[in-house]
Amino acid sequence: MSSEFFIPDPEGRVPSAEGYFGAFGGKFIPEALVAAVDEVAVEYDKAKHDPEFARELDDLLVNYTGRPSALTEVPRFAEHAGGARVFLKREDLNHTGSHKINNVLGQALLTRRMGKTRVIAETGAGQHGVATATACALFGLECTIYMGEIDTQRQALNVARMRMLGAEVIAVKSGSRTLKDAINEAFRDWVANVDHTHYLFGTVAGPHPFPAMVRDFHRVIGVEARRQLLERAGRLPDAAIACVGGGSNAIGLFHAFIPDSSVRLVGCEPAGHGVETGEHAATLTAGEPGILHGSRSYVLQDEEGQITEPYSISAGLDYPGIGPEHSYLKDSGRGEYRAVTDDAAMQALRLLSRTEGIIPAIESAHALAGALEVGRELGEDGLIIVNLSGRGDKDMDTAARYFGLYDTDAAVAADADGDAAEIEGDAK
Amino acid sequence: MSGKIQLLSDTLAAARAEGRSALIAYLPAGFPTVDGGIAAIKAVFEGGADVVEVGLPHSDPVLDGPVIQTADDIALRGGVKIADVMRTVREAYEATGKPVLVMTYWNPIDRYGVERFTAELAEAGGAGCILPDLPVQESALWREHAEKHGLATVFVVAPSSRDARLAEITEAGSGFVYAASLMGVTGTRESVGAQAQDLVRRTKATTDLPVCVGLGVSNAAQAAEVAGFADGVIVGSAFVKRMLDAPDDAAGLDAVRTLAGELAKGVRGTA
Repeated sequence: MSSEFFIPDPEGRVPSAEGYFGAFGGKFIPEALVAAVDEVAVEYDKAKHDPEFARELDDLLVNYTGRPSALTEVPRFAEHAGGARVFLKREDLNHTGSHKINNVLGQALLTRRMGKTRVIAETGAGQHGVATATACALFGLECTIYMGEIDTQRQALNVARMRMLGAEVIAVKSGSRTLKDAINEAFRDWVANVDHTHYLFGTVAGPHPFPAMVRDFHRVIGVEARRQLLERAGRLPDAAIACVGGGSNAIGLFHAFIPDSSVRLVGCEPAGHGVETGEHAATLTAGEPGILHGSRSYVLQDEEGQITEPYSISAGLDYPGIGPEHSYLKDSGRGEYRAVTDDAAMQALRLLSRTEGIIPAIESAHALAGALEVGRELGEDGLIIVNLSGRGDKDMDTAARYFGLYDTDAAVAADADGDAAEIEGDAK
Repeated sequence: MSGKIQLLSDTLAAARAEGRSALIAYLPAGFPTVDGGIAAIKAVFEGGADVVEVGLPHSDPVLDGPVIQTADDIALRGGVKIADVMRTVREAYEATGKPVLVMTYWNPIDRYGVERFTAELAEAGGAGCILPDLPVQESALWREHAEKHGLATVFVVAPSSRDARLAEITEAGSGFVYAASLMGVTGTRESVGAQAQDLVRRTKATTDLPVCVGLGVSNAAQAAEVAGFADGVIVGSAFVKRMLDAPDDAAGLDAVRTLAGELAKGVRGTA
């Protein structure tokens, strides 16, 4: 394969032909979707071996997305991370503002190859929805995005972006009214419209082949980061760190480092108000194996297999499931997963903003908080790569309310004084 | 005690011997309450249903439309447990002597334990299970335990199923085959698609199992139409909707009994 930016897994040890990563994965879907999901698998397999597909996708990734994405060292932020060197993989600089576009462009090309004219997708923070709406505008495809009603409120800016791009956005009012319920509703749509509709799934979960295919489209993140880091720092990192909701940006960063056994792969899950409070979405920390949205993986559920309602301040991580390959990495010991609270993530968001002039998405801020912890564990000799999966523009309303940044908040002035002291204090 | 797969087969064969289709009703356990749900099942049997599918409510019913989602929500908020589903099956079977199946998603059973679930369902007098998100390729463990306990494994086939796949599915299934009349989730429809008849024909070419049609059927005229080409007619959302629309529980029971009576005439061509 001569392509530079579409770099599917060259080894193909997992998943198995049936879509299993060890004990996880598979294809738990209604009969009505079997033919369509099989078609995706066949078409992706053909595309993967077609130089024309790679050429087209490469062209888009370079000239539309702006790959390769930058690698930025953040020394002022790193002072708070025990003095370890910290580099950010800048997926926030991609067109549309997150890593999601990597997968979306690949699947949009696939949609066209399958002769389908309509695309549906779920979205949590709206990043995948915006990327999907963008690709549909580019390819002239009809587009419907399902988004939990709570998320449409906390990510209102992204709702407006999707509508500006011509997509229909449907606010889902069932269940917990977040990402999980948006996926349920997208599946219902797909079952009814599968003859002309592709479900452009946004993460490395779902039935086979989605976990492997979406991973392949994001693999470029880690391949680039590994090469850039070897050039810039002269060695492999001690840790590669990413946030995990469904797990797409994390698997994208991790995958190229899996054979490098000295590199710790650290996934940061949303602990919400704290894992002990029950108000969290830390699936690998607190879940049990089960089936959700088409595959076996760790799931937040009760003892009778009912899915429990997750919580995170981050709409993009507010999900009770996780991609099966992460469950496999956890159980095999190759990946390590830790939980990061809302508060720790928000502090990291502000810290990066004020030390480096980069406002991260709240999702990515969970990884930054994890990097502060891991950096302190590693000390001055440490070298860390963090996937900065998205930019924070969409989160400014949530952040402004959290920190009291609006003029109408009486606390603004006093709080701003306190902030400076806290950040200085942290460094000591 | 062994499960009632034979009772299910005998019931469907008896309907066929009468020259008619069987009427199969779906109602979720725990809706509006556990006892209210049991009463509703008895009412549809009184009205003329031959078989009942008891829904085990799930938090994420991806194959159900708004009506059954609403009922599932009510049942789950009421705290329905798998033990309540087993009690529902037991009381419905013991009161009527008729076949009672469970319909649910795979995760509750996976989590509860396949052996424990199948043993308890058989002991309660259940006849089998319909598991619409457990495709045949993932079903070996389930089938091993279901067979051991005398329970039917009813697979769903869809208009999109290709002929070779139909053969694979019907080979693995038992009791009957659930043919989805259209591509979509549960819920009443104005008309039952022409796809249904074609699917029944293609399915019957692969098996001697009875083929019953579900999704979208809500009234006697539709039941009569489907009865013209299928061995059974499955009705769910229409029953649930009658209960949701009723002013009180007693009126809800009357409404489902009446609907079952109308549908029973429909499947006999006497509506």
